[in-house]
Amino acid sequence: MWLIFFITVSSVVINLPQNYRVKFSFGPIKIDRTIERPQFNLNLGPLSIKKDFSPKFGLDLSGGTHLVLEADMTGISTADRDKAFASAKSVVERRVNLYGLTEPIIQQAKVGQSYRIIVEIPGISNIDKAIDLIGKTARLEFFEEASTSAREATPSSVAEVWPIKTELTGKNLKRSEVTFDPKTGKPEVALEFDNEGAKLFEDITKRNVGKTVAIFLDGQLLSAPRVNEAITGGKAVIQGSFSMDEAKRLSIALNAGALPVPLHVISQRNIGATLGMSSIEKSVMAGAIGLAIVSLFMVVNYGVMGVIADVALIIYALATFALFKLIPVTLTLAGIAGFILSIGMAVDANILIFERMKEEIRWGRDHLTAIKLGFDRAFPSIRDSNISSLITCAILYYFGTGIIRGFAITLAVGIIVSLFSAITITRTFLRMVYK
Amino acid sequence: MFDIIGKKWFYFIFSGLIIVPGIISLVFYGVRPAIDFTGGTLLELKFEQSQSSNVKSKNLNEEIRKIVESQKIGIGSIQQSGQNTYLLRLKPIDKDQNQKLQETLRKNLGDVTELSFETVGPSIGQETTNNAIKAVAIASLAIILYISFAFRQVPKPYSSYKFGICAVFALIHDVLVMLGLFSIFGHFFKVEVDTLFITALLTIMGFSVHDTIVVFDRIRENLRKMPGVQFSKVVNESILQTLARSLSTSLTVLLTLFALLLFGGESIHWFVIALLIGITSGTYSSIFNAAPLLVVWDEKTRQKSS
Repeated sequence: MWLIFFITVSSVVINLPQNYRVKFSFGPIKIDRTIERPQFNLNLGPLSIKKDFSPKFGLDLSGGTHLVLEADMTGISTADRDKAFASAKSVVERRVNLYGLTEPIIQQAKVGQSYRIIVEIPGISNIDKAIDLIGKTARLEFFEEASTSAREATPSSVAEVWPIKTELTGKNLKRSEVTFDPKTGKPEVALEFDNEGAKLFEDITKRNVGKTVAIFLDGQLLSAPRVNEAITGGKAVIQGSFSMDEAKRLSIALNAGALPVPLHVISQRNIGATLGMSSIEKSVMAGAIGLAIVSLFMVVNYGVMGVIADVALIIYALATFALFKLIPVTLTLAGIAGFILSIGMAVDANILIFERMKEEIRWGRDHLTAIKLGFDRAFPSIRDSNISSLITCAILYYFGTGIIRGFAITLAVGIIVSLFSAITITRTFLRMVYK
Repeated sequence: MFDIIGKKWFYFIFSGLIIVPGIISLVFYGVRPAIDFTGGTLLELKFEQSQSSNVKSKNLNEEIRKIVESQKIGIGSIQQSGQNTYLLRLKPIDKDQNQKLQETLRKNLGDVTELSFETVGPSIGQETTNNAIKAVAIASLAIILYISFAFRQVPKPYSSYKFGICAVFALIHDVLVMLGLFSIFGHFFKVEVDTLFITALLTIMGFSVHDTIVVFDRIRENLRKMPGVQFSKVVNESILQTLARSLSTSLTVLLTLFALLLFGGESIHWFVIALLIGITSGTYSSIFNAAPLLVVWDEKTRQKSS
């Protein structure tokens, strides 16, 4: 009982809009206040949970762009492909973030022999310029420091600190990886140049002993290590107080220049934001009407028991939606359809139980026994039928992409919550009513 | 007492009446695959009527076609989708071609705004098709296995795999009804089969089995309760006992779907229709096909053994 109460209240709290102004007057009583959704901050030692409970909308609802890029790996040896792919992804990430776009989602997917990067950018539907940039091959360059005098005149940008472009580029870099200093055990980033690069690098380091050499990727400063001595042989190490993560990130960025992968757009989807907004409104409307019709149907058909099922159904809807926000599940149009569909299916367990109870009563059992038998005997078919639905959800999730996955998750969450609401909640209420 | 089993051939024929035209349509017309499967570009454009009011909307379609052709872009179809909006189905084009096309359209027909732009490469299309087929096949297999497992305690001489296979027959029935009707819709209303349709198909597979299991579960229970009673009588009794439940559940689902159909967005219109058809077919097939099929199978084996 208390569990149900707790779930209901917390669901309601989570479902509250960010700022909701309650304003109504009742005779002399005037209420005008803003209810704010509490932010949930939990600190458990190193574990810090921070949630703001905003629903996540998919691209078809929020509007935005969905891109699938395919990496052209023809120029890269099989052994280096995974490395090159990781670098290509980091380059895409860097470039998308450069545009300051809100919450981009960047995923990598390897399908058979092809390497793909999926980019989802919500909110903006026309980002042709960004796509041009995203598709470009990465450009890695090495720059030398300006003369001391120029450096002292307070530089206003990195370009002024390292104005001298060298011949050395990413094309001369064979690969980069994270290694460890054998003395201190600290992570460092190793570079390996080809023959031409080794010579160029030797010249550069000779000229710049005691100074820094800057490495730029796409015009952004990556690292500016100080040259300790002239380096021959084409192998260099960047030392620094790197954490493992930092070293990895630097190495991946360097590899983007060393193993440049051309990216082609193989699928693009732009969805206007206005289209999305009207879809949300329509779906909410449809959901509310669906819920109302089902509630009415249950009351007409099952009387008091129907009312109880409706209460369970409302708790179900609240709890499911709260879960969507908690997990969080990205809501797409198909996902919302799945949710609304699950409202219809949620009452199925109740219908099964109630029909069974009706039968038991017809066969001469008293109410309490009928309730117990109704639940016990209806359970196997509720269990079996829902498991088969969950199996299809799992298969949908496994084989589906984007839209279909959203639908599978919302339907699965709906089914699981409905089992709880239709069985536990209704049973508790029924026992209270018939005691 | 209703005798459903006695009239089983009538119900089978009724199913046939719906499925056979669908299959014929499938064979002759196939379905209209959306760009999700074939690869291609879907471009929705809005034209400012005020500037091109001298061009009548019928001609506008022609004008667009001419301009698209002048850009050497392959056309699938051009359809009016709203007041001044047009839906262009094209061979795959990239965003540069798209920009150029819109510029040319703007020059000739007044201001144009892009509502949505979607392009799918042919390789992805092929992959989506493969995945869809795999998903449907694996789902069917998983369901047979699960039912065989769930009904393993069915009393002798009835075997659990028969329950599984009959459930899958009902499921194939529903899949055929949906595919067939959408093939007919595709031919007459230009409805396309896209990933959402596959989603609907798989959902219905889940639902159909869900429904069938409820009936089968009652058969299993009654077989234990009424030993010695003729199998067809037990099945008939079980169907009647679960009828109220089956109809109630389907009705609630259908009601929510009608709400979605009437008030939901335009883009899920056909998705909801697919679900509506599927649920109706799913309920019908579990009551009138799956369970009677068990009886037919049982009678056939008995004839052989005797």
